[in-house]
Amino acid sequence: MARNPDADNAPVKKEIESPTSKYDAEKASSFKVVGSRPARPDGMDKVTGRARFGADMVMPGQLVGLILRSPHPHAVIKSIDSSEAEALSGVKAVVTRDDFAPNDDHADVLYNIMAREKALYEGHAVAAVAATSRPVARKALKLIKIDYDILPHVTDVDEAMSPNAPVLHDDIITKGVNPAPTKPSNVVARSEFGHGDIDAGFAQADEIIERSFKTAATHQGYIEPHACVANVGADGMSELWCCTQGHFHVRQVCASLLGIDVSRLRVTASEIGGGFGGKTTVFIEPVALALSRKAGRPVKIAMTRDEVFKASGPTASSSMNVKIGVTKDGRITAGYGEFRYQGGAFAGAPADFGAMSAFACYALDNVKTEAYDVVTNRPKGAAYRAPGAPMSVYAVESVVDELAARIGMDPIDLRLKNAAKEGARSSYGPKFGSCGLVETLEAAKAHPHYSASLGPNQGRGIASGFWFNFGGETCSNLNINADGTVTIAVGTPDIGGSRASMCIMAAEELGIPYDKVRAIVADTSALGYNDTTEGSRVTFSSGMAVIKASQQAVTEMCKRAAMMWDIPAEAVTWEDGCAKPSGPNAGDFEPLSLAEIAATAGKTGGPIAGHHEYNADGAGVSFGTHIVDTEVDPETGKVDIIRYTVIQDAGKAIHPDYVEGQFQGGAAQGIGWALNEEYIYGDDGKLQNAGFLDYRMPVASDLPMIDTVIVEVPNPGHPYGVRGVGETGIVPPLAAIANGVSAAAGVRMTELPMSPPRVLKAIDDAKVAAE
Amino acid sequence: MRYESPQTVEAAAALLAGEEGLARVLAGGTDLLVQMRSGMVEPDLIVDVKNIPSMTSIVEENGGYRIGAAVPSAEMNEHKGLCALWPGVMEGADLIGSTQVQGRATMIGNLCNCGPAADSVPGMVAANAIATIVGPNGRRDVPVIDIPVAPGKSTLTKGELVESVFLPARPKRAGDAYLRFIPRTEMDIAVVGVGVSLELDGDGVCTHARVGLGAVAIKVLLVEDAAKALIGTKVDDAALEKVAAATSAACKPIDDKRGTIEFRTKVAGVLATRAAKIALERANARASNGGEK
Repeated sequence: MARNPDADNAPVKKEIESPTSKYDAEKASSFKVVGSRPARPDGMDKVTGRARFGADMVMPGQLVGLILRSPHPHAVIKSIDSSEAEALSGVKAVVTRDDFAPNDDHADVLYNIMAREKALYEGHAVAAVAATSRPVARKALKLIKIDYDILPHVTDVDEAMSPNAPVLHDDIITKGVNPAPTKPSNVVARSEFGHGDIDAGFAQADEIIERSFKTAATHQGYIEPHACVANVGADGMSELWCCTQGHFHVRQVCASLLGIDVSRLRVTASEIGGGFGGKTTVFIEPVALALSRKAGRPVKIAMTRDEVFKASGPTASSSMNVKIGVTKDGRITAGYGEFRYQGGAFAGAPADFGAMSAFACYALDNVKTEAYDVVTNRPKGAAYRAPGAPMSVYAVESVVDELAARIGMDPIDLRLKNAAKEGARSSYGPKFGSCGLVETLEAAKAHPHYSASLGPNQGRGIASGFWFNFGGETCSNLNINADGTVTIAVGTPDIGGSRASMCIMAAEELGIPYDKVRAIVADTSALGYNDTTEGSRVTFSSGMAVIKASQQAVTEMCKRAAMMWDIPAEAVTWEDGCAKPSGPNAGDFEPLSLAEIAATAGKTGGPIAGHHEYNADGAGVSFGTHIVDTEVDPETGKVDIIRYTVIQDAGKAIHPDYVEGQFQGGAAQGIGWALNEEYIYGDDGKLQNAGFLDYRMPVASDLPMIDTVIVEVPNPGHPYGVRGVGETGIVPPLAAIANGVSAAAGVRMTELPMSPPRVLKAIDDAKVAAE
Repeated sequence: MRYESPQTVEAAAALLAGEEGLARVLAGGTDLLVQMRSGMVEPDLIVDVKNIPSMTSIVEENGGYRIGAAVPSAEMNEHKGLCALWPGVMEGADLIGSTQVQGRATMIGNLCNCGPAADSVPGMVAANAIATIVGPNGRRDVPVIDIPVAPGKSTLTKGELVESVFLPARPKRAGDAYLRFIPRTEMDIAVVGVGVSLELDGDGVCTHARVGLGAVAIKVLLVEDAAKALIGTKVDDAALEKVAAATSAACKPIDDKRGTIEFRTKVAGVLATRAAKIALERANARASNGGEK
């Protein structure tokens, strides 16, 4: 599942899945290339430095663009005077809110990329300059005079929901509450999911545990800061080079904000140094275009790390209550959760996704979840891998863990007893199709990690997690070249090795070696619209488009062979990369290879190509189960992760290395989120740790080797059985690690991150309480 | 902005003294370049000291070592004699930044940046390292503890720079250690840092001790009460308990993004005892090794 981050729309919810395609069991039993582990086509460029990322583009006459940002978390912008900056020698353009017309389609995005009546968070863009050099641009920023009227601010989700909180937007009237409130507040929407009767369910329970949890906001932490080069020609024809997960989306939004036709803007996606959901929207791109239009020269903007933390999109912080009841023999009778998420200064905190996925691992008769989307004076959130799910699952899986201990049941057995499986009604509505939670739990139980012995001050945690996955609009081209090689053009930026997977799938269909296929990410003028690389959709959706395009090319090549042999096209089959006569003509002619057919294509009708355009449906859900061993230093509260195992259903791993990489990456980011990463705000409403020194992501030496087990329960909606794997991996770690740390420390940890001061205090407080 | 690369320390001091605007010394540059890039400082003059021989060499002197102020941490940590004599000072310097940063970062730059959390300073304070300062009025020797005043502020006056630091000779049964607390394993800044230096007599009784404490006050502290708790003891559990209490008592930390007052105060004591144990082990190992460097 994915959400267009730039529209005020609810997540796409489908009651009935109607897959675009069906699993081809026969084909899947005889894969030749799928499942192999060839080197990725972009690997050499990336290790040698030849790969070009966002900031690597240089255009002739290029200017330096810098953005002036609000030092205040909440303030009315009474006036902006940029006359002195404009008069400075070397300054070629200054843009402010006055350079962008109001835009109903992308009102929040517009407000976020350039503040309008108010600055809504520290770091909110208020003006931008383009100058001939960085020192000149810096000097110009200092010359812009802004008259602020400082307002009270709020950064905490619970405080923002209180009736006395400063209100950010006077047009936010809480949706989903009956009767509708009469006054504006910071609560954008309330939503509710579930089925059954939870009161009746709790009445059947032998044990009930209810707890509150909090998690801090975290950043995706991609190593490459946002960067772009915009070039608007005198005739309005424009080009934009940028690092993004979705250049088609960038084009749509930028064209709209600038008021130009989509066809006039050509966007090229650079190589991308990590996105994790954070590069599914725009921040600097429309500003660079506006500066370039005004200056008449190309403009490059590259964020600093400080800007990335303060003014790109981290994920939500949360405050949650969860209540679960079980019988003595381990049947969950009811589950309830309330999830309050703040997603920064604009609507869109993924509280609804959190509420929908919280209990997704369980087949329950009685379940109810409520979600609150809340605004605060923080940067506008963006997607971060399985948006909203890691937090809510942390709360639910913590309580499940505690209940297992309470009734003396193995935590995997408790999960197996209640596990979601095919035909079960999910906690968010639809019934599950074929899915692999039980298989991951069984694999976890059988894994040597689960039965390994633990040392002093060590504790083991397990947790399961889930993500919906997404299909979406997709368009790919495939060209058969004259020398028998093949080129694929996809419209989904490669953030996890997808070019390798595309080449594998084309090679599989065409029956040619992997190294004969090259995949590129084409620009927005070369292909039809493609949804962004998000929702774990690319291997599933672009992959299926490549498979269909390959099949189309195969049909054409069979036709060409039939023409050359002068037999009916239906009498030709495609096997092992060759056209072969079949039926009554079998054996009449020597097979014609792809290369032979390609070489003479000019004489048989011209170039051979395939293409496929569709809106992919049937992205199968993916479940995972994680096992983690932690060690807590009882004198300092420091947590070490000693051993970690990820077990996840991939449907079918096209390139197992990159599937394992996704599993490991999810665990690594989850470890950071669980232990030390957090947005820390001072009483002044300013971010205290806008850099990698004090925003403590794990470094390589903080992590053990993360072991992986790929479970393959085929997705019935994909010819090869593929399920997206990019997001599920970050869902269980928060809970698994919290369960492990709670076991090691001897005290239940209910707030993330479990940083040393927090863990030490919990240990010491528990000691005092015990005395 | 002007860049100068003098050949002598006196010439460097003269350039610094003569600059009317903002002058900065460039040794490894691992603080300065970051500050310039982020716009924190915009110097008018940069004096690169890496071409000054007395500032780029490690020289044995009276059984101890004189280390030039521009000697990078990586070079110190490859010096066998230095590592054998003052392993605690060296491990402090070895924690600064990453392997790449180590190739440039200097211990004296770390000292003169005056960060309270500077990893190499508590060890130098425990070692009673002496800095040689050169300025318009000539040379003077100053204990390292007396150089930092507050973050970014030192007792160096206009035109002065540190030329070298001297780590003295030590008796046979002596050892030192530095421990810091960080929530991660590397590439981080100390939440608390403790350096302990011990000397023992033939019976294993502590005759001399110094404890340097970082990241819990406006500057690195010398904890005399912790040293007193060690002297005259065999560094047993009772003494270590007192060391922990004295070290915690010396803390004047703040609540901030890196840790709470409560946390830093407690962990300072924990680290002091752990560092003292390591220093003790090293002293005994060195003695059984015949006091070899």
